[in-house]
Order: sequence, then structure tokens, then C-alpha cells
Amino acid sequence: MSRRNTRRKMKQSIFEIKSNIEIAKNTFEMVLAGDTSAVTAPGQFVNIKLDGFFLRRPISICDWNEDTLTIIYKTVGQGTEAMAEMKPCESLDILTGLGNGYDITKSGERPVLIGGGAGVPPMYGLAKSLVAKGVKPQVILGFNTAEEVFYKDEFEKLGADFHIATADGSVGTKGFVTDVMKELEYTYFFTCGPMPMFKAIEGIAKTSGQYSFEERMGCGFGACMGCSCKTKYGNKRICKDGPVLEREEIIW
Amino acid sequence: MVDIKTSLCGITLDNPVIPASGTFGYGYEFAELYDINCLGSFSFKGTTLEPRFGNPTPRIAECPDGMINAVGLQNPGVDAVIAEELPKLAQVFHKPVMANVSGFSVDDYVETVRRFEADEAAKAQIGWFEVNISCPNVHGGGMAFGTCPDAAAEVTAAVRKVTDKPLLIKLSPNVTDITEIARACEAAGADGISLINTLLGMRINLKTGKPVIANKMGGFSGHAILPVALRMVYQVYDAVKIPVVGMGGVSTAEEVIEMMMAGASAVEIGAANLINPYAAKEIIEKLPEVMDKYNIKKLSDIIGGAH
Repeated sequence: MSRRNTRRKMKQSIFEIKSNIEIAKNTFEMVLAGDTSAVTAPGQFVNIKLDGFFLRRPISICDWNEDTLTIIYKTVGQGTEAMAEMKPCESLDILTGLGNGYDITKSGERPVLIGGGAGVPPMYGLAKSLVAKGVKPQVILGFNTAEEVFYKDEFEKLGADFHIATADGSVGTKGFVTDVMKELEYTYFFTCGPMPMFKAIEGIAKTSGQYSFEERMGCGFGACMGCSCKTKYGNKRICKDGPVLEREEIIW
Repeated sequence: MVDIKTSLCGITLDNPVIPASGTFGYGYEFAELYDINCLGSFSFKGTTLEPRFGNPTPRIAECPDGMINAVGLQNPGVDAVIAEELPKLAQVFHKPVMANVSGFSVDDYVETVRRFEADEAAKAQIGWFEVNISCPNVHGGGMAFGTCPDAAAEVTAAVRKVTDKPLLIKLSPNVTDITEIARACEAAGADGISLINTLLGMRINLKTGKPVIANKMGGFSGHAILPVALRMVYQVYDAVKIPVVGMGGVSTAEEVIEMMMAGASAVEIGAANLINPYAAKEIIEKLPEVMDKYNIKKLSDIIGGAH
């Protein structure tokens, strides 16, 4: 399986739900079996058609192999609440191969990966890709509280240097991901999470890095211009030219 | 074998299906998925004289059976479209394309069309101009021209002077009497009427208590608006002698036929492309089967049949 970010082409296909379980408070892991050939890089996303909803739901890919995709989603509205009710053997119409994903060739030898809350899932596929390349990443995950924590064991099993921060101190360091990050040495950073976390990271980061952005999307594949943003290198579509942008191009 | 051809202002279309402006970019995202030469044509992303970023995000809100967008005519401007987008489009689409243009003054519309006309390659690619006087998402232009018969006629007459190509005027449904606007455009020299653009709408986020869309309001499109669009196509078909391009919520081959029975010579597919990127192709493939079912031999025979 190639994890290189080669020429991207999206694909529409039907996936079968293998499992769909609550792994933390309001947070579900769904494993889907189907054609994953369009997935080319960690940090890409899928766009899922749900019965009864007009727009698809864009969800980042947590992990993938030749025939399964794993996504982790938080129930934040009617669409994700409907997903949480879905059972194994049900099928979903999914667009895959969406978004640029992270460019891991820039990682250097000691990158740090920072995931906050619903931004944690793509960090897993990213860490796995880096490990497969022989790079040992440092990982910092941030959550509000212990009951929201997920994938702690999975990250630890990858052999990454693992740190966790919770706002209330119920697990790991009490405070924010940046409280951990400022103590670390690293060659590059990759992150996904909420905007306040991004701004805090931008304030202390010592190297170049990549941020993965979230935006309300119409199509998810570059046709509608619903999720555009301005960058130093011109307008970009979060869904097609992103969601990952490099630190140097971002206008805060 | 059924005949799915149709004709729009003297140009024969292999079928009546035309992806609508703003839902199909300049074609190449979709060309990754299928050969878009199966389309009747497509209407490319609304182009203005100057480059536009458009409105702040969020620009998209979901609705029951539809969506609201407030993109605000993001496009690279006519010069970049001619220099960069149309050559790329030419590699993936070999039929006459519909050039959708928008503006903030009569001069804007005229100059944008004039620049397309002045470029030999662009001129050869473009089959029709579709002049958008109905965008609800921009201030000081767009829909302002499409809600007043005199202003609609003024834009039409001015653009008419700078092109010999078929000139379609795309109308807004956000008016009291759409037939009055359509007649004004016809009298001013339009060759056809496209309708409907989106309906002005809003959603409010219960968590924040504020509109979902940064621009507060936006254009409501999608399957839910089909009955409104059908009604207006039916009315305009009665009001004018020039051809009508029908659009608004069309998502199936059956609905293409319904729109043609209402009076459309060709049918644009909009929001359906965004949720199913194969929508236009699937509709075209399904047309012969649905025609068989309703004993339609020649699609062009049913245009306006409901009257």
C-alpha cells in the first residue's frame, strides 16, 4: 500500500459497516469495508451520503488499509446522530480520495503531531504513515476531560512518544497541548483541531508545519466553492486544495 | 430507439441535460470521474469582469431536501478564465459550452461578454451566453437587475449589441411576476430564458442563535424547489416565444421530462451534482428507459406538452 500523496482522483463507492461503536463520550469509531484505492494520504477525508439528509457529511479518515477505512466522529448534529444509530452490515454511499492530506515528506526526523478533540483521528493515520517510513513521531493529544479521551492505547502501540493533555487534568498533563509542545524539541509539526488550538500553536511553534482545517462544505470535491479561504498563494478550496495548508501560506 | 436530442437556440444538443452554473466548476473535477462529453452542454462557473473571492464562510447551510449557498460569485475574473480555465476545459469537453456571466453594472456585463468574444479560442468554445441577472448573494448588482423589468431589459439590450451568439437571460424567482421580466428580456433581444436561479432563504443555528450563513441569507436550491421551478417554467413558456431552459431541483430523468413538459427546451441540473457527482450522467443514461415507460419516442416532441 502506497501512502504517498500521488495524483488524486476521487471515487464514489458503497461501503459496508463492519462496526460502529462508542469509544468515548459522544465519539464513535466506524469501520467500513470497501474500495479504499482512492485514499492516498493521511489527512484526507471521505464524504458520506446519509438517508434523509441532503448534503453529504465530510469526515476525516483515521486509518485505512487495502479494504477497510476507519473513521472517528463526534455526534454534533442530526447527521452524525443518525450515523451513531447505524448498525453493522448496513451500507453507505461514500466519496473517497477527497482532500490533499498531509505531506509527510517534510516531517524531518522528529516531527510532532498535535491533535485536539475531534482533530485527533487523522493524527493516527498520519503517525502510522510516519512510522511506516521509519520516522518516530512525537504525539500530543488534547481533550477536555478523561471521558472524552480515545485511542490512547492505539497511539501508544505505534511506538510514538506519546503525550496527553486534558483541560481539567483528569488524564495526563493538566492544561493545553501547547503546554506540552513548548517543552519539546521537534523538526516539524502536523496538527488538526479547533481554531483556538491552532492559534495557540501558531503563537509558539518553532518550525514549519501543516494545519488541517475544517469548514462547512457543499460538495467536498471542489465544485461549489462553498469552503474557500484566502491564502498567501491565492484562494484555496478547503475540500480540494486543502484541508491541509502549510504554515507559510496561512493568513490568520 | 428513442430520440433524446433537443435544440437550444439553433444548436443541437445530444440530450437536454446541462449542469448548472456554480455546481460544475469548469468541468474538470467531474472529468476525473467520467467523460463529460456525454452531457448536452454545461454552464460554467459564473464569471465576472474582475476576480472575486466572494463571501466569508460559512457559505453553505443544509435544508430539508435542499441547501443554501452564499458563495457570492467567487471566480478568477474573465481574463483568467480565458487564459487558464477555458484551455483546460477544452481538454475535457469538446462541445459548445454555456458561458455564464455576471456583473455589478451594465458595463460589467458588456465588457465581460466582449472579452470572451474578442478571444478566438474562447469564442469558438462558447455556444451560448447565459447572463445571470439573478444572483441573490452579491450586493449592488446580480439580482437587482433581475427583479425589475426595465433593468433586465437594459442589460439584455446592452449585451445583445456585443454578441451574435444565442443570448440566454437567467432569471430570479424572487419576484412578484416572473413573466413580466421574461417578456422584457425577450423584447430587448434575448434568444432564450433560463430559470430559476435560487430562492432567497435562511437557516438559524440553534446553538448560536444566529444565521448559519455568514452573509445571513443565501440562495436555496435542491430537490425541494422543483415545484416552484416547474410552475415558473410553465408560466414563462406561456409568456414568451423564445426557448426556455428549465432548472431548479431537477434530480432525476423523470423530472427532466416533467420540466420539458412544462416548457423547457433543455434542462439544467444544479445542486444534484454536488451530492451525487454522477447525477447528470446517470440522468442521461436513464432518459431512454423513462421515455419508453411513458411512450415518448422523441424528447423534443414533449416540450410544453403540459399546456
